Amino acid sequence: MVTRRTFVKGGACALVALGSAPRFLLRAAAAAEGQRKVLVAIFQRGAVDGLSMVAPYGDRSYATGRPGIAIQAPRRGESERSVDLDGFFALHPALAPLMPLWENRSLAVVHACGSPDTTRSHFDAQDYMETGTPGVKSTPDGWLARAVKALPARGSAFRAVALGPSLPRCLRGEIGAVAMQNVADFDVRPGPNAAARQGFESMYEQGVRDLLYGTGRETFEAVKLLKSAGVARIAPQNGAEYPNGRLGQSLRQIAQLIRGDVGVEVAFADVGGWDTHVGQGNEKGQLANRLTDLGAAIAAFSRDLGDRMADVVVLTMSEFGRTVAENGNRGTDHGHATAMLVLGGNVHGGKVYGRWPGLAREQLFEGRDVAVTTDFRALFGEVASRHLGVASAASLFPGWRGPQAPLGLFA
Amino acid sequence: MRRFALVVGLIAVAVGAGRMARPDLVGAEVAAPAPATTEETRKILHLLSRATYGPRPGDVARVQAIGVRAWLEQQLDPRRLDDPVVAKEVATLTSLTLPIDAMLKEYPRPARDVREKVASGQMTRQQAMEAYPPQKRPYRIVAELQAAKAVRAVSSERQLEEVMVDFWFNHFNVNAPKGVVKWYLTAYERDAIRPHALGRFRDLVRATSRHPAMLFYLDNYLSVRPDFTMPFGPQRGKKMGLNENYARELMELHTLGVDGGYTQQDVTEVARAFTGWGIERPQADGRFVFRGQVHDRGEKLVLGQRIPAGGGQDDGERVMDILVRHPSTARFVAAKLVRRFVADDAPASLVDRVATTYLRTDGDVKAMLRTILTAEEFYANAAYRAKIKRPFEFVVSAVRALDGTVDARGGVALARAAGAIGEKLYECEPPTGYPDRAEAWVNPGALLARMNFGLALASRRLDGVRVDVGALVPPGDREQPAMVMDRLLARVLPGEPAAATRQVLLAQLDDPQIVRKTPDDRGPADTDVATLLALVIGSPDFQRR
Repeated sequence: MVTRRTFVKGGACALVALGSAPRFLLRAAAAAEGQRKVLVAIFQRGAVDGLSMVAPYGDRSYATGRPGIAIQAPRRGESERSVDLDGFFALHPALAPLMPLWENRSLAVVHACGSPDTTRSHFDAQDYMETGTPGVKSTPDGWLARAVKALPARGSAFRAVALGPSLPRCLRGEIGAVAMQNVADFDVRPGPNAAARQGFESMYEQGVRDLLYGTGRETFEAVKLLKSAGVARIAPQNGAEYPNGRLGQSLRQIAQLIRGDVGVEVAFADVGGWDTHVGQGNEKGQLANRLTDLGAAIAAFSRDLGDRMADVVVLTMSEFGRTVAENGNRGTDHGHATAMLVLGGNVHGGKVYGRWPGLAREQLFEGRDVAVTTDFRALFGEVASRHLGVASAASLFPGWRGPQAPLGLFA
Repeated sequence: MRRFALVVGLIAVAVGAGRMARPDLVGAEVAAPAPATTEETRKILHLLSRATYGPRPGDVARVQAIGVRAWLEQQLDPRRLDDPVVAKEVATLTSLTLPIDAMLKEYPRPARDVREKVASGQMTRQQAMEAYPPQKRPYRIVAELQAAKAVRAVSSERQLEEVMVDFWFNHFNVNAPKGVVKWYLTAYERDAIRPHALGRFRDLVRATSRHPAMLFYLDNYLSVRPDFTMPFGPQRGKKMGLNENYARELMELHTLGVDGGYTQQDVTEVARAFTGWGIERPQADGRFVFRGQVHDRGEKLVLGQRIPAGGGQDDGERVMDILVRHPSTARFVAAKLVRRFVADDAPASLVDRVATTYLRTDGDVKAMLRTILTAEEFYANAAYRAKIKRPFEFVVSAVRALDGTVDARGGVALARAAGAIGEKLYECEPPTGYPDRAEAWVNPGALLARMNFGLALASRRLDGVRVDVGALVPPGDREQPAMVMDRLLARVLPGEPAAATRQVLLAQLDDPQIVRKTPDDRGPADTDVATLLALVIGSPDFQRR
């Protein structure tokens, strides 16, 4: 039997040379192996204020600490205030485009989620979340790379891909992930002399297996695969319109890669602008603008992929949350727990998961922040095992024994 | 031995002189099997690859002529080095000398209604920009800074100073796109970073702490005592308070390091000490101001040291004194410098010695650099070609290797190329600055962008970047492809290109697209020098320094 690996390694190059687009063959190969599941991770760098993204308006202490920036409790017919989820939590009005996904039960929220480590440093907290080892800095690889490695080997250069100028920590490891800024530019542009591509490829095929050579080899494998699948020509479907910001464009291209059947299992995109120390705003303003972008991008992605979303889960994450009380500049400082969104696949949505710790002063972490009641590893692990099919989720997070009880996110 | 070194030096000079030398003679010398690099040449190449933006042809001989130690001392005392090329080119960039208030007038911000329309999506950024005459558009501020940075990196005689300006800018990073930072940026680099790049660490901390660019970027200009209420104006009665952003990053990123031994309580205390450090009319003057009425006058306790009540503006200075003298700061700064100059995994023995130098000399940057650049660990085999060039280092080193120059347009072209590889100059969003580790820069997209830069440079597709590819190989020599290739390798990769790379390149010479044959197919007629050159620039070996 021609496996995907041998096909890609052997046959695809010849087909590229002939200029044909063997997408139907790739798809057939994928089907023969069983449809692969895809996890799309979105990192909100800078620590998103979970209390604005998914506002706990039912908590009596919520509005009192935030006279200038609390999101108003929902009121029927006044969607500019907020959108009710379950009588206690409401979605920020800027995220209204996600409501159809809540209503059809594909979108879930995990609130008061975060790290057991107490650092308020963005950079340490991001590292901990990406390596999956809170408090341990020496972990060499990322949890998403370990997740891919734990799955049955498949011969694609695109098993793990990040949209952006560098490979995020969560994808560094032994699996050889691809980072790219732009699908359309992902090639050698040799000008008049096409020999250059072959020259570069030969150079990077030689030499010892180190970071540079290893990456070089993967690069050319990925270039060929991308071309053979005609990924750059795949247009958004179902009338999906992506916003122009970086996240929207990243998700648009991730959808192209998924539709192109190039073998993506984990995709990663990040988006900054969440570090709202000053002038955070409430239903409108700085944070609302960022959330508008987030909501529109995810809604477009889900629409674009349509039925294919049955195989795709989107997971948002952020290194920590923000202070319960607003600071002197109508902003918020670095806090602890935040909210994360999960949608697609078999997610049992339409529900806010996690125990709510409460916002009364004595309930706060260190007297100022939302306490963490769901370890982020419990969430990530459940997604990895129940969606991607990683056999032992706890083994993805060295030094962790696993959650006391699963969240029960998946139907 | 010494005599051999001299010969190698002469060859390097001859190659550097290019057109002046008799091509046949030079060709014969270089095309001979690559001469074994002497230990001394290797050392000098290593030093040049770390203390400069990469060797230019002839640089090895120049260092040899005065001696390594004397060359290093020259570089550590840049005011005594004439820099006519840079002076002339940079003089065309008129924004570089403007004070902040003039900058705000010269390049006015879009009017409020325009900004609001952009924010709400009624107008695109492009449309907003086109409402202003090109020479007054704010983006020009960053473009001129990028141009100046690239011109200096390519052509300045004061290479180590340029390397250190880049290093400290990243250490004390600010991000152009945030709010009004763009208008302060030129002054920030010029007045807060550059004068102290080879000076004292304390002065860098002081100059950045009070600079409007930092005060704005890390929000300290808004931080006021916790019990302060606005007494008048449209915000009357509004309660304000502490903003911890600068206080935290001052300790985490500028001085102690994240494991330097401070607590959340220390962050709050430091934030209190810096209350009142603000900006006078940020959109019009943009000057530092201390506002006593919003300063927290109470006592502070920072890392166990008491700062008595009533200290006023001096509180912040006291905090910086405590932080700068702390052994954690010595180690943190030492480790970063060693990582930049020696290896991603900084040798602990050298970090210890540099930290000792820091404490002994009160944070003298020159003294620390001397410790590093003369260390055994610096010249160890493990450090040789061990660093991956950052994108800007890579593009500049390619132009330098080809003895090229750039004008302002070329500088912007190089900045854009570095951006495509992942390093957008002056636009690093997080306060960490750009990382100095290979993993951050080696990935498939970035490698392709590096290869594409090689192709664009070698085929001279970059406006304003002048490299004389023709002079590298006189037309007659193109009939001897192996010689062409060795000439290019000697020029771009002096020292020791990996045998594997040379082997692969040799094999490319069989490709009829690279070496065209004579009509009777009996011999080579012409070599595509530009494509070969692009391959060398995009080769794995040239990504290292």
